[in-house]
Amino acid sequence: MKASPYAFIAPFFVVFGAFSLVPLLYTAWYSLHHVQLSSLDQQTWAGLDNYQNLLSSDFFWNALKNTFSIGVLSTVPQLMAAIWLAHMLNYRLRGSTVWRVVMLTPYATSVAAATLVFTLLFAPDNGMVNWVLDAVGMDPVNWRESDWGSQLAVSSIVIWRWTGYNALIYLAAMQAIPADLYESAALDGATRWQQFRHVTIPMLRPTILFTVVVSTIGATQLFGEPLLFGGVSGTKGGSEHQYQTLGLYMYDQGWIVGNLGKASAIAWSMFLILLIIAAINMLISRRLRKS
Amino acid sequence: MATSELTLPQKTSGAPPRRRVRVMGAGKQLHAGPVTYVVLVLFALVSLAPLVWTAIAASRTNERLAQTPPPLWFGGNLFKNLQTAWDQAGMGTAMFNTIFVAACITVGTVLFSTLAGFAFAKLRFRFSSALLLVTIGTMMIPPQLAVVPLYLWMSDLGWANQLQTVILPTLVSAFGTFFMRQYLVQALPTELIEAARVDGASSLRIVWHVVFPAARPAMAVLGLLTFVMAWNDFLWPIIALNGENPTVQVALNQLGTGYIPDDSVIMAGALLGTLPLLIAFLLFGKQIVGGIMQGAVKG
Repeated sequence: MKASPYAFIAPFFVVFGAFSLVPLLYTAWYSLHHVQLSSLDQQTWAGLDNYQNLLSSDFFWNALKNTFSIGVLSTVPQLMAAIWLAHMLNYRLRGSTVWRVVMLTPYATSVAAATLVFTLLFAPDNGMVNWVLDAVGMDPVNWRESDWGSQLAVSSIVIWRWTGYNALIYLAAMQAIPADLYESAALDGATRWQQFRHVTIPMLRPTILFTVVVSTIGATQLFGEPLLFGGVSGTKGGSEHQYQTLGLYMYDQGWIVGNLGKASAIAWSMFLILLIIAAINMLISRRLRKS
Repeated sequence: MATSELTLPQKTSGAPPRRRVRVMGAGKQLHAGPVTYVVLVLFALVSLAPLVWTAIAASRTNERLAQTPPPLWFGGNLFKNLQTAWDQAGMGTAMFNTIFVAACITVGTVLFSTLAGFAFAKLRFRFSSALLLVTIGTMMIPPQLAVVPLYLWMSDLGWANQLQTVILPTLVSAFGTFFMRQYLVQALPTELIEAARVDGASSLRIVWHVVFPAARPAMAVLGLLTFVMAWNDFLWPIIALNGENPTVQVALNQLGTGYIPDDSVIMAGALLGTLPLLIAFLLFGKQIVGGIMQGAVKG
């Protein structure tokens, strides 16, 4: 009987250890070696060559910058829209379940399927988006080639797929807010907006922090959307690398260029960035708890 | 399972945590005004329009999609395009492969998550809280950190293009473990386990006759969420598999990189690859929504 708790948790830790933890350490090891896709048997010690290579590469800094800007472009509007949507779903609605399921439908669409559709919708010459822009008298945007246009298009895929999901998470948190907080605010003469601003938002703060962390983790590894948005030359992230993210850069260096050592170094850079974000997050939540 | 349920007192079904939340929310719920409905309709349109347009584009020809304005209603080519996508773009093989892969991953994840979730929720053992923290922390690790070594091992084993390559690494889930733990903390009365133990039931019997029946609603929801995630998994499958033995996402990736230069067929492929999950949402949307909200309150 004593051993059984460990037996119950063993499958998780064995599979995690074998397919995540050990590979994670091996990735660190490979990042210190020259490993080529064409000659997997010959691995020679490289020291910090791969990392130095990265730090002096314009493409790495470009990918880092793109990951950050697409991350902001996709996360900030998404979470704001999600809070707004959750606020509306929190009213007493006819067919509330139907609304919720409809808002979650994009989540059922895979990254690949969604991106293939959005690529057509954002086609510069004959896509739906530019046709609508033209109809309302605005200039068409070159969603493929322009820096901010292509990044916005890629971000819109992320926003579309995740807004409903995050709205449900906010909705769950909103429903857990005690009703008497709103009652006493109403007694003090607070308007609906003031209630939202001074009761809902502060009570949601831990949940907002949670969704920011989860979205940041997702944004750091963004890969499928820019890959498929780029079509045939997808791993470059556009003709000028204008939407090549770190995830894409890693795949490009590892499996198109064939330098798995460098790809390992990129993977570990991503992990280090996430660890830094986690540390910042811990500082913020500690501060929140104090106040 | 059916017989074991009969021998259980009703206590196990307990008060599902969802109910309490609903009662708390209901007190302050205001009726939505007309403006809210209008905005919600707009949100719903944005949610559904890309999917509807996928079907519209899949029912047209490549030539028509190249013209302006883009088509806004269905044409007559849907079945022809679906057939081309099914036969030539490998969507047929891909669908069967993905059903198999996602089913294996779902069974493994639900089973292992329930066992580990039960241990973390109800059993006392050394380092349990530290191990739970580690489990949650693993959710932060991007899949990119594992794919290079996995690829090298796969090459050594000669496992390229074999489905077990994409099944094995995904058989467990930290999210699932935490999800089941949070559910079982409340839904499974500790006295029930102790009573079974006093009666001399072995650990396995307790799991089978007490834990599984109590966990069943959450297992179903976790199964749905896992199936959706497994169906849509992208990074590792496109590294491990190619067009000879693809999953749906691998086949779609090939379509996207110009494998068949016909946009209406590409859209037919996207439609095919999404349809099973849309049907699942139609049937179990309420449970999936409930699962996400349930995971959120406690997470």
